[in-house]
Amino acid sequence: MDKEERAEDTNNPMDEIIRGSEEENKLQQTRRMEIASKWMEGTGPEADIVISTRVRLARNMRNFPFPPLASDEQREKVLKLAEDVFLKNEEKSPELQILNINSLSPVYRQVLLEKHLISPLLSKENRFSALILRDDEVISIMVNEEDHFRIQCLLPGLQLEKGWQEASRYDDFLEAHVDYAFDEEKGYLTACPTNVGTGLRASVMLHLPAIVLTQQINRILSAVSQVGLAVRGLYGEGTEIVGNLLQISNQITLGQSEEEIWQNLYSVTSQLINQEKNAREHLLNEGREKIADRAGRAYGILKYARMIDSQEVMQLLSDIRLGVDLGLLKDVPVKVLNELLVLTRPGCLQYLNGKTLSPYERDLERAVQIQKWLA
Amino acid sequence: MLCERCGKKNASVHVTKITEGKKTEVYLCDHCAKEKGEFEFPFEGKFPLHQFFSGLMGLPAGSSEKVIPTGYGGLQCPECGLTYTQFGQIGHFGCDRCYESFGKNLLPLLRRLHGNQKHMGKIPARAGSYVKLKKEIESLREELQRKVAEEAFEEAAEVRDKIRKLESECPPGGENLG
Repeated sequence: MDKEERAEDTNNPMDEIIRGSEEENKLQQTRRMEIASKWMEGTGPEADIVISTRVRLARNMRNFPFPPLASDEQREKVLKLAEDVFLKNEEKSPELQILNINSLSPVYRQVLLEKHLISPLLSKENRFSALILRDDEVISIMVNEEDHFRIQCLLPGLQLEKGWQEASRYDDFLEAHVDYAFDEEKGYLTACPTNVGTGLRASVMLHLPAIVLTQQINRILSAVSQVGLAVRGLYGEGTEIVGNLLQISNQITLGQSEEEIWQNLYSVTSQLINQEKNAREHLLNEGREKIADRAGRAYGILKYARMIDSQEVMQLLSDIRLGVDLGLLKDVPVKVLNELLVLTRPGCLQYLNGKTLSPYERDLERAVQIQKWLA
Repeated sequence: MLCERCGKKNASVHVTKITEGKKTEVYLCDHCAKEKGEFEFPFEGKFPLHQFFSGLMGLPAGSSEKVIPTGYGGLQCPECGLTYTQFGQIGHFGCDRCYESFGKNLLPLLRRLHGNQKHMGKIPARAGSYVKLKKEIESLREELQRKVAEEAFEEAAEVRDKIRKLESECPPGGENLG
């Protein structure tokens, strides 16, 4: 930023609305730090296109009904066992904490959901369900979700191999203490037949604005689904593709090894990355000024809007991100863009505010929080 | 077979009904089955996954309790009590034993979902130590056959000895899970 711009900033007309009491600001600062997570760092391989990588393993105990059909007593036993294994272990316990879902407020549950640390199903559970979380939030283990255990590794950028290895390490650790439901023919037995076998779901979250702008997205989506991969929006099953963000994951869990599964996803992802890079190159050659203008305008709206809905935010963040990736917009860290993606969700906004907000109030609050974050 | 109601079209739906403990069976054509309301297709905006399964499992989609397909619908898991029909309705197994209880009936579903029916991935160290051993022996047996076919008899004898050694490690009476 040059001097002139900085001078302008001190006269920011938004100053009056973003200034809260000192105490309020402090609390919000702490909560914002809480919302930030390792996967939002904007680092890792191919981070300009791959936002995050997730690998999860579904595991169950032998001779215990799966959680949906288990009694409270049985669920309690599973939870107690998970606690004993992970939190009473000298090596593991210092970096892990356990959150009992029924002790969490609805808003905080939504925050965890928006951070991709728990599933919608777990967020609604009240019967002896928990989240075991490593301090960097890279490893999270859901207890008594659809399966007894779901071990997740969530990393920034494209890191499928590392994700699989890390999740597998925790899997080995758990297996040393727990009798798994495993069958020679069918592999790891899971509550849903769509997960049986490896119990592995690997997914990557991609930002593909140039593929969308050059109108290749539908062709690519149908190609992806033909090779046994599923495409979803930012928040999983049944969510729309907004802000040019999409999640791609394996569907098949039986009959392929874990390596085959993630390598298949890796190779498709690499092809998409290449396509996106070519499309970006094309955009730079054909419409450099248009893209720069779009990014600049998006930034302007985010910075000065007084109310804004979450769909619009996602689209604007995408425009800005493309501008930043192409070097057309400076001084906006990708980390901030990733954090805003989550921070502007309804649960996080209400958590930051410490109270329930109507959709209208959320639109107002969203603008305020973006202001603070971009300041 | 012709439809028992209209007697014109071919019967394509077989309905088994149990009312007050009495079992009745009817063979109907598509049209008559729909008209009689034997199949209810409640409209739901979101198509639930488990309805998909019912279709893949040979159970009518959205089947209600009254329609029990003949043959395997009555299967029940002795461990958790879940029936095969209920599994089709909720799309989830009740416990790990269900896989064994529903046995071969699951294979078409698994093939359709995964294109495969045999696990090829990780084997857990403890629960799978026996399985690992067995897989190793299996692959050595294949190697042995190859060696014999290649007439590499010395190497074949080595492989054979390896197999014998591993077999002696197998606990008597089969499985040692746990």
